[in-house]
Amino acid sequence: MKRLYTHFGDRIFATLLLLLALGVAALALLMAYELYRGGSLALQRFGLLGFALGREWDPVVQKTFGAWPYILGTLIVSFSALLLSFFPALAAAIFAAEYAPRWLAQVINFLLDLMAAVPSVVYGLWGIFVLAPWIRDKVQLPFYMWAAEQAPWLVPILGVPTGYGLMTAVLILASMIIPYTAALARDAIALVPKEHREAAYALGATRWEVMRLAILPLARGGIIAGTFLALARAVGETMAVTMVIGNSHKLPYTLFGGAATMPSVIANEFTEAVEDLHLSALIAVGFLLFLVSMAVNFTAAYVLRRQERLVKGVL
Amino acid sequence: MVKEAVDVHMESKNLVVRYGSRVGVGVGGGVNLPLYRHKVTALIGPSGCGKTTFLRALNRMHDLTPIARVEGEVLLDGENIYASGVDPVLVRRRVGMVFQKPTAFPTMSIYDNVAAGLKLVGIRDKRRLDEAVERALRGAALWDEVKDRLRTPASGLSGGQQQRLTIARALAVEPEVLLMDEPTASLDPISTQAIEDLLLSLKEQVTIVIVTHNMQQAARVSDYTAFFLNGEMVEFGPTETIFTRPKDLRTEAYITGRFG
Amino acid sequence: MKTLEKDLALRRRYRAERFMMGLVALGTLLAFLILFLVLAYALAQGVGALNLDFFLKDMRPPGESGGGLRQAIVGTLIVDGLGLLIALPFGLAAGVLLAEYPDHPVNPYLRLLSDTLNGMPAILFGLLAFVLIVKPMGGFSGLSGAFALGFLMIPILARSTEGVLSLVPKEIREAGLALGLPRWRVILSLVLPTARAGLITGVLLAFARAAGEAAPLLFTAFGSPLLELNPLKPMDTLPLRLFAFAISPYEDWHRQAWAAGLVLFGLITLTSLLARWASRRF
Repeated sequence: MKRLYTHFGDRIFATLLLLLALGVAALALLMAYELYRGGSLALQRFGLLGFALGREWDPVVQKTFGAWPYILGTLIVSFSALLLSFFPALAAAIFAAEYAPRWLAQVINFLLDLMAAVPSVVYGLWGIFVLAPWIRDKVQLPFYMWAAEQAPWLVPILGVPTGYGLMTAVLILASMIIPYTAALARDAIALVPKEHREAAYALGATRWEVMRLAILPLARGGIIAGTFLALARAVGETMAVTMVIGNSHKLPYTLFGGAATMPSVIANEFTEAVEDLHLSALIAVGFLLFLVSMAVNFTAAYVLRRQERLVKGVL
Repeated sequence: MVKEAVDVHMESKNLVVRYGSRVGVGVGGGVNLPLYRHKVTALIGPSGCGKTTFLRALNRMHDLTPIARVEGEVLLDGENIYASGVDPVLVRRRVGMVFQKPTAFPTMSIYDNVAAGLKLVGIRDKRRLDEAVERALRGAALWDEVKDRLRTPASGLSGGQQQRLTIARALAVEPEVLLMDEPTASLDPISTQAIEDLLLSLKEQVTIVIVTHNMQQAARVSDYTAFFLNGEMVEFGPTETIFTRPKDLRTEAYITGRFG
Repeated sequence: MKTLEKDLALRRRYRAERFMMGLVALGTLLAFLILFLVLAYALAQGVGALNLDFFLKDMRPPGESGGGLRQAIVGTLIVDGLGLLIALPFGLAAGVLLAEYPDHPVNPYLRLLSDTLNGMPAILFGLLAFVLIVKPMGGFSGLSGAFALGFLMIPILARSTEGVLSLVPKEIREAGLALGLPRWRVILSLVLPTARAGLITGVLLAFARAAGEAAPLLFTAFGSPLLELNPLKPMDTLPLRLFAFAISPYEDWHRQAWAAGLVLFGLITLTSLLARWASRRF
């Protein structure tokens, strides 16, 4: 500490703060360590790579555990949801930051906050009782019938039209992650200096051309960081996905059929896991989830820092 | 009040700009100001006097500010740019603008920055673009410095180079009038010198209106000068007259440095 | 020759502009479509199942109609409240350290780790609480759930505290130091009170966020069909109960699940509104 703060009370206060703050740091390290330790039984039995790439997850008969179906499910569901949510989220951000009158922009901001605040189980509840049956009856069944007659080769890709599966999970998840992309994109757009808009206008650009020429290129980093943040949310989202995805880890996954993700298998099987190896395998899935989330978050932070430097260089 | 040999290119008639209930410029009956073809007109006055507000009225930049309202007329070759049916996008193509801070699009290459305005109007032909970019960069006295790195990002240029790049970008669409809002305020003396030199050659092609808080600069580069104070256009005339025999006491006080 | 009226090329550009504006408007509507539907259904379905009993009675076994979710509402408040108590000292301290001691050598690492925690899936906090508390204590408990939610809230609190304190004008600190006050007195008696409204807002938002979480509680608080006030026993919370009811086969429970959803949503909206109000009031 600096010489300036030699007061006795200051030292006690700073030390106290430091100890508590170190608790926060310890929590993060503890999470990594405990998840690794808790999963070590399974990780040692199958090897980290063997566990991550193993296709068989059978807690009952063979007692082998491979997390690949869940990793694959997580990747498919998150990236599809991200893809689906990207353009609506960007549109909402552009509209709120640039085109909407102030009151409407405030409404949109409020809705984005609300969307992030609605609990995951409420989305899931709606998914179970409204979306899944609707999709089954109005989308999947008609399409399945058509495919069965006209394009039989499609049937194995479509899978059983139960309503509870990949498609429904992706739709709900896409809606849930919109606020994360939208909020960061909106802030990045709002941070573009006024002079750059005016320069483009002065060049004889229309409103959309100003967006394309001057605003979006400068806001790009923030938009990308927002999508990574949304991806992190999508990867870790548990309840809503668990409630509608059908929880089947039978590969290959189909468009309509059931699937499972890393968080969903933990939520589903944890309280039923009686054997040590099973429990350890689930915690090991948690450890993998930790690694994936960390990688995605670090990427987002890195992109955001570069963006900040770009905008600062301009100002 | 002025010699008849030069003709009026743009002209404001009873121009008043209001921000809500506050009058930004045009106190005392609105601004009537002629801008002569192929001349440099300097707008001077203390900060907050309305000179920038007036400048922005000349290419309808106030359209972008919801609370700003423009009254009166601005004639461009006799046509009122505020008449109904007039499109601001076309006005801004003919009346270009350069800002105080260099606003090169940082993620674009030098070439793309200059070509941006041309691409907007649908010019895709490679040779035409190449020619126009070179002509604009030469016009902005930047060609020799950047001709070997046209494809590198504009963010790699110095502040003075970026400002000349934005001038080139404005020139590329061949405007008739170029509005400059304190174009050297954020530049070092050497870059300032380069831009002042540039103005003298530019007026062969375009009519220039420059806002400056630097009276020496106004005296050096301009043919005509308008003095603004508290939202009022106090006095307008040939630069020499304004700086040597001002009619209004307030102008005299300002140019002799008694305030502002 | 030259004119200021729109020409053909410009008309085409405006058509492109209108097209893009249409897409932006459509995308914006699409972005909120599912939110609107979810809220509309929660209102329509939930209101019918809500009555006084919902708040005053515990749940009934399947097949018996009536009953309420008192145990889950009380449990939510206890588990979430305890979690907040656990998280507060750590979150606040980390935030104060980051904002008030900007050149402290641990700050870069602290910020990194705190941000890492912030981005972690909620269910991992449940796993951590399971390993750290449920296992050693030999069973599920409300307390372990409180720890899971507390862990979840710590990085949120740290970040909001740092953000709020950095908004306090530095003149306030300088004025205090110029009076000869030691730094800790300046922070406790000048900086924190100035930032009071923002701090309260941050705390309420963290509370609201945790109140909606079910994933970290699945294998910590676990759930209970009866009112339980002892935090060492398994406890119910609204999100947990909603989940259990939603995947059950009983009509009555489904109706209760919608009501739970509505109450949960109401609780979170109320907290958020309170947070907004607090940020103006203080």
